[in-house]
Amino acid sequence: MAKDVMIVTEIWNDAFRKISLEALSEGRRLADELGSSLTAVVLGDAVEAHAKTLAEYGADTILMAQDPGLKTFRPCEYENVVAGIIGDQAPGIVIFGATRQGRELSACVAARLNAGLAVECTGFALEEERLVATRFMYGGKVIATVDIDGDIQMASIRPNVFEVTKADGAGKLESVAVDLGEVNVTLIEEKIEMSAKAELTEADYIVSGGRGMESDDFSVLEELADVLGGAVGASRNAVDLGWRPQSDQVGQTGKVVSPKLYIACGISGAMQHVAGMSTSNVIVAINNDPDALIFRAADYCIVDDLFEVVPAITAELKK
Amino acid sequence: MNIIVLMKQVPDTEAPVEIAASKDRLDDEDIKWAINPYDEFALEEALLIKEAGDDVTVTVITVGPDRVSEAIRVAYAMGVDNAIHINDEYDDEAYGAADAYTTAKIIAKVLEDTPHDLIIAGNRAVDDDNYQVPAFIAKQCNLPMIALVTKQTIEGSEITCEQSIDGGTAVVKASLPAIITANKGLNEPRYPAFRAIMKAKKKKVDERELDEIGFDPETLGAAGAKVKIRSLEFPPERAEGKRIEGSSPAEKAAELVKLLREEANVI
Repeated sequence: MAKDVMIVTEIWNDAFRKISLEALSEGRRLADELGSSLTAVVLGDAVEAHAKTLAEYGADTILMAQDPGLKTFRPCEYENVVAGIIGDQAPGIVIFGATRQGRELSACVAARLNAGLAVECTGFALEEERLVATRFMYGGKVIATVDIDGDIQMASIRPNVFEVTKADGAGKLESVAVDLGEVNVTLIEEKIEMSAKAELTEADYIVSGGRGMESDDFSVLEELADVLGGAVGASRNAVDLGWRPQSDQVGQTGKVVSPKLYIACGISGAMQHVAGMSTSNVIVAINNDPDALIFRAADYCIVDDLFEVVPAITAELKK
Repeated sequence: MNIIVLMKQVPDTEAPVEIAASKDRLDDEDIKWAINPYDEFALEEALLIKEAGDDVTVTVITVGPDRVSEAIRVAYAMGVDNAIHINDEYDDEAYGAADAYTTAKIIAKVLEDTPHDLIIAGNRAVDDDNYQVPAFIAKQCNLPMIALVTKQTIEGSEITCEQSIDGGTAVVKASLPAIITANKGLNEPRYPAFRAIMKAKKKKVDERELDEIGFDPETLGAAGAKVKIRSLEFPPERAEGKRIEGSSPAEKAAELVKLLREEANVI
């Protein structure tokens, strides 16, 4: 029988990240096709209340690793625990979300287990019970189809690409013994600000500003993002000018986003920016330069002053 | 103190790319190459440590074909002391398909006999976006790793770093030798003058072939990769966008909202 599919989930701000549910949904599909079982791994301080909800997304077994030392993401501790669980369970496929945490954790676990890891995948297929993945390379300019070698095939998924689908899983809850293991990096201090707003990569709606914003006053974009229930992003120019924090940067050297709707305001459309948003479902560009490159990447184009158009869109949506 | 910087040459982020006829790699021919932007932060940080301290040597290690010498010249012009270039262009077939695992294996081997107190790498390379080489090296060399560093201080044999984490920053420390990965915000990389780059042509590069450092090339490249590229293709092109007309911004906004609701169904 085919080996199990395992999803390593992530809790953030007292709830599962959407990407964890996306990974579970895709994991369920793969497990069904393989005729195998789907296991979810949940790490944290006290996670049972959250963990049991994963049965609704198709998890057959939910493994809980609970320890005060796992309350927030600590790379060494998490690596030790997850590598231990994978060693015990011997799944055939392990999938992470390509978040800040998932990227580092998956890389450390893959290195520890000498496993192949395909990062930030946007599609999976099975061939003779082996996972074949598609992923973007070269800043979204190229799509690669890749084979992953070895007994354990590891992958991470790009946020907002796979659909969340509910499915009935057996939902058997199990606690695993936690050994935080050897730790060679010591935490001194953590400053975390929990925001009610969607994280950029997980947002369904993103309103981004570039050099055309003319200053660090992004309030017109923030108002539109609020009405849409989305997040505000920025181009590299806007970040380099100090108008927005680096964590807002969309592009090849920032974050890659795939929202339902991406609205680019006063952004010229440099290739490295387009690389970070071209997989968005629908793209709107607003720029007063009719020749701006951004219009080549957009589905809907408005040539006009963004400071007039954006508030008008906000007003229209409020009607 | 010996600082090692891991550097990769990648296609310039503003340059278009072509897929080779073999479909499993890019066509190298007309690509404009640059130092991976995150590696520039790594280089700069190493040089800042060198300039602030006594007796600091900065050595850059890079894996790649002949063309990588261009990037090495830039690193020399920025101010590094030594460069080790592991040339993996032993055969056209194998080179393009190396993955993070095979690259890290090569670098870890070189590190065995290269003194290192601190290794600085970019947090990722913007070509294959694997985020994995530093983690593999950390594991193979048994070093602590601190990712996405935006500030570091070294005191004695300890390094304390500020790193980007979800929702904020963390301050962590580790004993040297260690590997850290650079995030944007760590520093502002210097840009060497053209003359300095030309002058750097005279600098000696420690060139090594794979078999010289003890590898059977057949176990690396595509053959040794754990993630193997089967094929590359261009993403489907987006249809030409619709230009929204109207006599006023308000009219255009109303038309856009209508289209987003009724045609695109996204709101």
